[in-house]
Amino acid sequence: MIKIKNNVAVSDSGFIFNPDTGESFTVNPIGVEIIKLLKEGKTVDTITEELQKTYATDAQTLEKDAEDFIGLLRNFSIAENE
Amino acid sequence: MNKKPRLTIAVSALNAIDSPGPGVAVIRALREAKSFDVRIIGLAYESLEPGLYMHQLVDKTYQVPYPSSGIDTILERIDYIHAQEKLDVIIPNFDAELYPYIRLEGQLKERGIHMCLPTMEQFEERHKTNLPEFGEKYGLLVPKSKVINDISEIYKLSSEFDYPLLVKGQYYDAYVAYNQDQVKTFFHRITAKWGLPIIIQEFVHGIEYNVTGLGDGTGRTISAVPMRKQYITDKGKAWGGISISDKRMLALTDKFISGTKWRGGFELELMKNKDNQFYVLEINPRIPAWIYLAVGVGHNIPEALVKLAMGEKVGPLGDYAVGKMFIRYAWDMIVDMEEFQTISTTGEL
Repeated sequence: MIKIKNNVAVSDSGFIFNPDTGESFTVNPIGVEIIKLLKEGKTVDTITEELQKTYATDAQTLEKDAEDFIGLLRNFSIAENE
Repeated sequence: MNKKPRLTIAVSALNAIDSPGPGVAVIRALREAKSFDVRIIGLAYESLEPGLYMHQLVDKTYQVPYPSSGIDTILERIDYIHAQEKLDVIIPNFDAELYPYIRLEGQLKERGIHMCLPTMEQFEERHKTNLPEFGEKYGLLVPKSKVINDISEIYKLSSEFDYPLLVKGQYYDAYVAYNQDQVKTFFHRITAKWGLPIIIQEFVHGIEYNVTGLGDGTGRTISAVPMRKQYITDKGKAWGGISISDKRMLALTDKFISGTKWRGGFELELMKNKDNQFYVLEINPRIPAWIYLAVGVGHNIPEALVKLAMGEKVGPLGDYAVGKMFIRYAWDMIVDMEEFQTISTTGEL
């Protein structure tokens, strides 16, 4: 289970600040959506399903993109395994 | 209602230039102190140090002899200034000043002038030239380094160090050298300016962090504020930074203070490598130029340092705001020729 670190701040405009490292990032609206869903405790599978309702793309592409994005969040110490 | 005491505090390092001294930032902090009012006496080495001309911050400035002129000459000048101003506290902010001022601490105290400085032992053992021993003694990760006093020693470095490596002066200057020729160039450049020895240091790749703080001399941390450099000048100075909350950096700082029983202000220069390990690159035994960020996040370190110097008990400063940034800027002042003339001819302004 992946979760966004408790102390990481994410604004609605897609600005992310990690207070441990001082790094900041910006993500697009889909990134914000994924982070919001991760914060709600949703699994990657559930997130992919949710996104599929909104975006016109196939499940495989969505799953791959979501996993890539979550991998980046993990690399930058924004998300961690619970 | 209690009236706040008014302290006369002398502050050095008014060189608010591209590689700034901490003086102006320290004075800003002192002017915002809640527990006392201040009269600020600037101590200047050069007549073009910008702080001299900031009359809203500095009440009066005196030119002082260079640290290399010896403690008797320095004391003589301080005695003159003290006779005019009745100093309560001196805050020396240059690395090179610390040796004479630590030696003068007892004599200045007899005159009623207080300081909050590290002991000579603390000052010496954290020196760049002693960093490997320091790291081992206090369990801190430090880069491999070697002191060299002769250019011939450069030829043996390739068996001990990988390139790139750092070539550093005893007090100031550091260059990254990618080959032996560059080491030689930097050796000459630094020795011409600052003298021997030269420190050769392993180059740790990573992200630069700094911590500023204050120890009360008993091993207790009064303050520790970590910062990530966001904008670095070509001289390696932070021109912008952000306060952060990394618990490992705070723990490392506590370890440094409790191990050494550090007294006074300091700055730890850290590098986080790709394995997330923090290396201590340098320990600066004085307040850094970016100290106003600490004030901005709720830790007025210069105020607490003055209280410690005056013998008051000071408790830990507590929480600070995370995610606050400082962004430095340059500002052109218009100064009358008479002022420059006054400081140049009389040594006072």
